[in-house]
Amino acid sequence: MADPKILLEMKDIKKTFGPVVALHDVNLQIVEGEIHALCGENGAGKSTLMNVLSGVYPFGSYSGDIVYNGELCQFAGIKDSEKRGIVIIHQELALIPFLSIGENLFLGNERGVKARIDWDKTYADAAKFMKQVGLDENPHTLVKDIGVGKQQLVEIAKALAKSVRLLILDEPTASLNERDSKNLLDLLLSLKKEGVTSIIISHKLEEIAYVADRITVIRDGASIQTMDKKETPFSQPLIIKAMVGRELTNRFPKRENQTIGEVEFAVKNWTVYHPLYEGRKVCDNVNINVRRGEIVGISGLMGAGRTELAMSIFGKSYGANISGELYRHGKALKLNTIKEAIDNGIAYVTEDRKGNGLVLGDAISRNATLARMDKVSSRRFKVIDHDQEVKVADSYRQQFSTKCASVRQNVGNLSGGNQQKVLLGKWLFADPEVLILDEPTRGIDVGAKYDIYVIINQLVADGKCVIMISSEMPELLGMCDRIYVMNEGKIVAEMPVQEASQEKIMAAILQSDKK
Amino acid sequence: MAETNTGGGIWEVLKKNTMLIALVLVMAFFHFYLIYGQGNPRGFINPATITNLISQNAYVIVLATGMLLCILTGGNIDLSVGSIVALVGALAGVFMTNWGIHPALAVLMCLVAGLLIGAFHGFWIAYMKIPPFIVTLAGMMLWRGLALVVLNGNTIALSRENYSGYWTGFLSYGKGHIGTQRVDELTLIVGAILTLILVVTQIRDHLHKSRSGYAAESGFLFGFKLLLYIVVMLGVTWLLACNKGIPVILIVIAVIVAGYHYFTARTVPGRYLYAIGGNEKAARMSGVNTNRMMFFAYANMGFLSGVAALMCVARLNSASPSAGTGYELDAIASCFIGGASAYGGTGTVAGAVIGAIFMGVLNQGMSLAGVDANWQQAVKGSVLLIAVVFDVISQKRKQSA
Repeated sequence: MADPKILLEMKDIKKTFGPVVALHDVNLQIVEGEIHALCGENGAGKSTLMNVLSGVYPFGSYSGDIVYNGELCQFAGIKDSEKRGIVIIHQELALIPFLSIGENLFLGNERGVKARIDWDKTYADAAKFMKQVGLDENPHTLVKDIGVGKQQLVEIAKALAKSVRLLILDEPTASLNERDSKNLLDLLLSLKKEGVTSIIISHKLEEIAYVADRITVIRDGASIQTMDKKETPFSQPLIIKAMVGRELTNRFPKRENQTIGEVEFAVKNWTVYHPLYEGRKVCDNVNINVRRGEIVGISGLMGAGRTELAMSIFGKSYGANISGELYRHGKALKLNTIKEAIDNGIAYVTEDRKGNGLVLGDAISRNATLARMDKVSSRRFKVIDHDQEVKVADSYRQQFSTKCASVRQNVGNLSGGNQQKVLLGKWLFADPEVLILDEPTRGIDVGAKYDIYVIINQLVADGKCVIMISSEMPELLGMCDRIYVMNEGKIVAEMPVQEASQEKIMAAILQSDKK
Repeated sequence: MAETNTGGGIWEVLKKNTMLIALVLVMAFFHFYLIYGQGNPRGFINPATITNLISQNAYVIVLATGMLLCILTGGNIDLSVGSIVALVGALAGVFMTNWGIHPALAVLMCLVAGLLIGAFHGFWIAYMKIPPFIVTLAGMMLWRGLALVVLNGNTIALSRENYSGYWTGFLSYGKGHIGTQRVDELTLIVGAILTLILVVTQIRDHLHKSRSGYAAESGFLFGFKLLLYIVVMLGVTWLLACNKGIPVILIVIAVIVAGYHYFTARTVPGRYLYAIGGNEKAARMSGVNTNRMMFFAYANMGFLSGVAALMCVARLNSASPSAGTGYELDAIASCFIGGASAYGGTGTVAGAVIGAIFMGVLNQGMSLAGVDANWQQAVKGSVLLIAVVFDVISQKRKQSA
């Protein structure tokens, strides 16, 4: 075989978001006509890298070189990269539900002229591209009326309509069932025969092994290793090791020798259905418990149902047809509203602090008390004692060393780490006995992470129970006493931290996928 | 020494009260323009004009107060306000004139009617999740139509004089004179007592704050504020005393405004309104019953529309199916001029009231200055836009600073 032509080379890519380094030192080579897989943990930097490539983050916002088709490229936006035949399909599909397949296919790339769209040509061409991707639908059908698998095909057809040379797919099978996934992967193989090069981001290692020619593993914002199918056959342990292998030293504060008490909070036979799609189980017969003074971790991939589990427990704030029992101290609890959950000593610290957690346009002090206004107001007329409120917020500011000018500052102006501290303070002020922390350190820098870990350790030292959901396995391994592994709505493994390892957790997830 | 900066400098204070300052400037402008430009020796700031200003704009102030609560929940507006004013006014006319019901009972029945209409809106908005714009647009047509049905398309003149008398009357004793100027001593006494109460509570609050180590304004700033309060309070008292005394309608407004100010600034449900407007999901996840608060905001708007209807009927001494046309827009404009955010979560009752008075001053000032009525509308529109643009720009500057 002749020398393979390098279609794309990314050299020493660096990208930071404020003080957070997302990518450093990433090198990637894509050979013309191959399917190249990117692997890595959540947050390793895969999606960021692809956004740099496609111009979502324009030239100048990163450093390093992108050489495409032998030329140095400086994309100012996604339009530039698309002109060169680089098309990215994001995890959340960018289709407009109330437009037809044909209209979506040529959105931003309309047939005819600006002043007059040629609808006959639109639908004729749409049918052609749909046939190419094996989509058997009427091009006039509205996108909302076809399934997710078919929508994914529409996205690919849309890319073909832009005469794609390099197709990037970000977790394309995350929301597909097995048959649709297989179809999609086969489509990629057949496109490869027609000369389309693909980059696929996926955490489903079996799929990667099936479809990819080469794999590049990214970890902590750096490219670690590139494997070639021709040299070494892909094996899962090999990939996993490259994905998770990192050292754990001193990233977590030591916990004083704590005493773990009796079971304080238990969830039994908990089943939750999706609020929109009838019959789709989000949590399936989940049984978990947590003891006094214990940190219990819930590990799993994105979409495993961990947040949904937590929110459904927290006063049924998510889901439909929730069934199962909750026990606190052996007594059954009925929590139908969030207020009841709070009154019964449960707190849920959301993963989405900007969306679900804080009122960004409001002062720190006003956020701090929102979950328990009754503690700073008179009982009968519910008059707020503003001075007391400021005092409360200020005590948490000092305790957590939150960096802010004063507690009257708007929360929106704080850094992510400090916002997280305000959010934690808000929920500690609610006096919970059981805290569910959902991704408590997402998107915050290392120093603030350490501060948060110290706070969590203090909580359990005071005899509270903590359930910690995290996608960062090292964090769970460093902080928890016990870890549950969740996948596709089910608890698939439970292990004391002494027996746990990242390989074991990954293996538990992959094994349950196979079944 | 936790915080010393929260009092802010004098510029902070001026910036916070931009609209109030603009209001004073506009009043001063009209005053001197009328005296020197038009040779009207009484100017704008005189007893009769100020009394008129209050009684003519009472309804806007009441409606703006209610509208603010709706806007706080997330920039939601109530378009049906003017039509509710017409319908409740029509009911008042029918109750008192056609059925001969005692005014006190009729007032009560009208307030209940307003509340029920508001609750009707609130039900669809809060519990059935129909967008407020649509529900109240429907209400705007529905209640206007029912007002026409109730009145058969005619205007009813009120037969019972004493009803209007209650609202448009004045509280006075009316025997005093200072020089040749007739001055009502009751007004002076009430004004002095209220001023005293205000000053005492302010000082007590200030002392309490600084003694307990909470953040308080600097002494100079506090003294300045206090002086300003005293001048304004006594000034208005003097103007009213020189006219006919304290208008009853002013007392009603003062009670409503003070009550709602306290509600939004100091109570837990008031705080929840701000939280919902700031981030509804976060409020819900904090255990706030967001549906109940939405219901309350719209039910309350209906109630206050009923109050405004009773005021309008009293002022015109008649009930007309075309009453209240365009009132919703006056109320909405007042809130936005007064600094409420179109996305919810920020704004104050005081701001909405200032916005309402601002519009009233423009109306009255331009009328006195003889500006063409057609132009008046255009000027008001421009002022609304300028006020909001100014607000947005200063917000942006604050963020980038």
